[in-house]
Amino acid sequence: MVLQTIWFFLWGLLWAIFFMTDGFDFGIGTLYPFIGKSDEDKRIMINSIGPLWDGNEVWLITAGGVTFAAFPTVYAVMFSSLYSALMLILFSLILRGVSFEFRGKVDDPRWRKIWDTCIFIGSFTPALLFGVAFANIFQGIPIDQNGLYHGTLLTLLNPYGLLGGVLFLFLFLMHGALWLAIKSVGELHERAASIANKLWPLEVGVVVIFLIWSKFSTKLYDNYLAHPAFFLVILVTVLALLGIKIFLVQKAFFKAWFASALTIVGATFYGIIGLYPNMFPSSINARFSLTAHNASSSPLTLKIMLIVVVIFIPIVIGYQIWAYNLFKGKITPEDLTYDEAY
Amino acid sequence: MDVVMLSRLQFATATMFHFLFVPFTLGLSFLVAIMETKYVKTGDETYLRMTKFWGKLFLINFALGVVTGITLEFQFGTNWSRYSAYVGDIFGSLLAIEATVAFFLESTLIGVWIFGWRKLSKKAHAAVMWLVAFAGTLSAVWILIANAWMQSPVGYTIRDGRAELVDFFAIITQKFAILKFIHTVSAAYVLGAFFVMGVSAYHLLRKKNIEFFTRSFRIALVFGLIFSFIVVIIGDLNGVVVAEKQPTKLAAMESLWETTTRAPVYLFALPDEENERNKIEIGAIPGLLSFLVFHDINAEVKGLKAFPREERPPVLITSFAFKGMVGLGFYFALVMIIGWFKRNRLVDSPKFLKLMLLSIPLPYIAIELGWVVAEVGRQPWIVYGLMKTSDAASPVASSQVLISLIAFILVYGLLGAVGFYLIVKYAKKGPEPAPEAGSEAAAEPAAA
Ligand code: HDD
Ligand code: HEM
Ligand code: HEM
Repeated sequence: MVLQTIWFFLWGLLWAIFFMTDGFDFGIGTLYPFIGKSDEDKRIMINSIGPLWDGNEVWLITAGGVTFAAFPTVYAVMFSSLYSALMLILFSLILRGVSFEFRGKVDDPRWRKIWDTCIFIGSFTPALLFGVAFANIFQGIPIDQNGLYHGTLLTLLNPYGLLGGVLFLFLFLMHGALWLAIKSVGELHERAASIANKLWPLEVGVVVIFLIWSKFSTKLYDNYLAHPAFFLVILVTVLALLGIKIFLVQKAFFKAWFASALTIVGATFYGIIGLYPNMFPSSINARFSLTAHNASSSPLTLKIMLIVVVIFIPIVIGYQIWAYNLFKGKITPEDLTYDEAY
Repeated sequence: MDVVMLSRLQFATATMFHFLFVPFTLGLSFLVAIMETKYVKTGDETYLRMTKFWGKLFLINFALGVVTGITLEFQFGTNWSRYSAYVGDIFGSLLAIEATVAFFLESTLIGVWIFGWRKLSKKAHAAVMWLVAFAGTLSAVWILIANAWMQSPVGYTIRDGRAELVDFFAIITQKFAILKFIHTVSAAYVLGAFFVMGVSAYHLLRKKNIEFFTRSFRIALVFGLIFSFIVVIIGDLNGVVVAEKQPTKLAAMESLWETTTRAPVYLFALPDEENERNKIEIGAIPGLLSFLVFHDINAEVKGLKAFPREERPPVLITSFAFKGMVGLGFYFALVMIIGWFKRNRLVDSPKFLKLMLLSIPLPYIAIELGWVVAEVGRQPWIVYGLMKTSDAASPVASSQVLISLIAFILVYGLLGAVGFYLIVKYAKKGPEPAPEAGSEAAAEPAAA
């Protein structure tokens, strides 16, 4: 049915936007202990994402909410199967969120150290686990006809799953390093740019391994072989990845960040297209898989939600762009002296 | 313990903790917006300092509200997967609408408000706070419509073993949802007002920043006076729809066992669920319950015995929580009336100020009790009359839920302690001193 297909791709789009936006927050949080040498560096790093991370995180909440609304069975089976992994992600996000707010509230190095650690854990863990989760979904999850999960948290940590985790980590690290390069000056800027340069070959390597390994561990390419036009998505993603390097060499950091954003969106759609119409494929038997067609809401709900989304998502994107634009420009040590800085 | 019980404990922990911060957000966002608007209109720096002082407390609380909300959005899937599959068609869409129309606006604009002092004009900056307040209220609208639907399902049909949407409009306009919204949001405003008055009282008692805190107190007083009355009035109407839609809950709230005409309200009753009676009954007011819920002192009210045992909610918890909430409701209204008469000589009323300081926790208690009435009183149903809570949990290992429950208690306990410490610390510290005339005004260095 057309509605279900539209919703399937909207679902993918929400995840893609989430990874594209909160992705650089995760990247910066993961780089945080390594690049942030002084307290001033650290505060610049936090303030570079300060006004934006909360709005970015709502893409996750909406992706979750839309899964519930449009594909309730997927929401039910996916999140109960991935129970422990999801709990780890949620607790990490809790720690990350409060750390930004709490860190500067008591003037004591030990206090700041605690929240610094939480920022790192709270950014690194979701970056890795979202990758693990999606790679496992590409590969198929051991669920039976009742949606019962036959496995544990460790089942998810198989080689291909872990590769997915590493892939996401590198995508986000690059994304974060580039954002920081845009936002900072002086030595911190140099460090961010140099990290991005060093990350690039690694990112390319992981992407290539992932693309090849997927041929053997998943059925993603079936859809591509059936409709070769879709290979364009992979092509665009790879070109965007090359674009990062080109812009890095030109020191055009904003363009490089944009290329990185395109890489992330492309990578997400690479999986989403390959998955269609599956949303939560079963590795036990393909008949048990949850698909856009057998797990969706009623046509009426899909229609009402489509109206809501078609009206409001463009509005949201509009005011988020306005907010990004409002806070463009570099963060200098001088900015930190204002009392509204984190 | 089985998965159902553990999941219930976990859900209650997570929502009740979330709801410590939500009402503060709802209430303070409006109060801060009012203060900032006064600053824009009058140009009086005191209002700016008020905005920043209360705004800081608001933000500490807000951070906790946001992070505890995220877990809730996913818990229906992790812990209540059978429920989610059964009602997702309706309930899921309400949650998704909440995120799309409200959370985005709130979360994006709060960042703009925090960091936008030097980037926006004064007017635009104040407008952003109004939008934050509006978005918070809008999120309450949708989540409460969702909750009201579980209490009183309408606009659906059962097809293929699940509830499917047939009438969206009926769901968003049902009386249960509207009253729930007004009652909960007014309760939140009462909480915000009492918080501001309590903290102001603390400083007024120490005769510090008298001008600053007298003004804060008075703004909150007007707010508190209005909404403590609305909460009581709407609460009464709430009781009327509960009687209509959920007779078992009403009987449990009043611990009424026998079906009677001229049903009484007891000032105090100690239910004995084993023997289906009240062990102690004090102060029966005959006919009051009949009158309150049916506007006729001779109307018949169904007692608990009219329903099978397995369809009754826990009576003791429901009735005590209800009496506690109602008692506090009358207390708030009374205190607000007293406050109104003392509004012009606050500093000279130390006893009243002390009372207000000690009253800070009470609206928190009333609000949590209210949710206990609504949610425990709904048992054993998760969707009233349609699905039992015991059929709703996910097919996950109980060890998994036990571990996550312990994690919730530990993490939330620690966060709660830290949040409490920070709010107390900054509340006690008081506002930044007024800038000396001629010095660099807004550019005070940050705390760290
Ligand atoms: C949108 C739905 C919804 C909303 C807005 C709330 N709840 Fe709820 N509540 C549920 C949906 C729900 C639930 C999923 O239906 C639970 C889980 C198990 C159950 O029976 O109902 C529940 C259980 C539950 C329990 C345990 C009852 C029991 O198991 O005996 C408590 C104490 C609360 N809730 C309290 C709250 C608080 C403080 C809320 C304020 C945010 C709240 N609920 C909002
Ligand atoms: C159990 C059901 C609930 C769920 C699933 C839920 C979900 C959420 C989520 C995901 C957030 C974070 C949004 C962000 O990042 O900005 C949030 C925050 C919020 N929620 Fe809830 N919520 C629930 C109950 C309630 C209720 C009953 C109300 C209102 C009466 C409410 C009002 C709010 C408000 C005002 C915020 C803003 C943040 C803050 O509190 O500081 N929520 N909620
Ligand atoms: C005399 C006064 C009051 C009456 C008669 C009253 C009545 C009620 C009733 C009947 C319910 C249950 C509704 C349901 O089952 O869904 C309820 C719920 C609730 N009450 Fe009250 N209430 C009063 C005062 C208060 C006060 C003072 C507060 C807090 C400041 C409060 C906060 C709540 C909350 C948060 C809920 C749960 C949300 C809801 O169901 O509306 N109430 N109240």
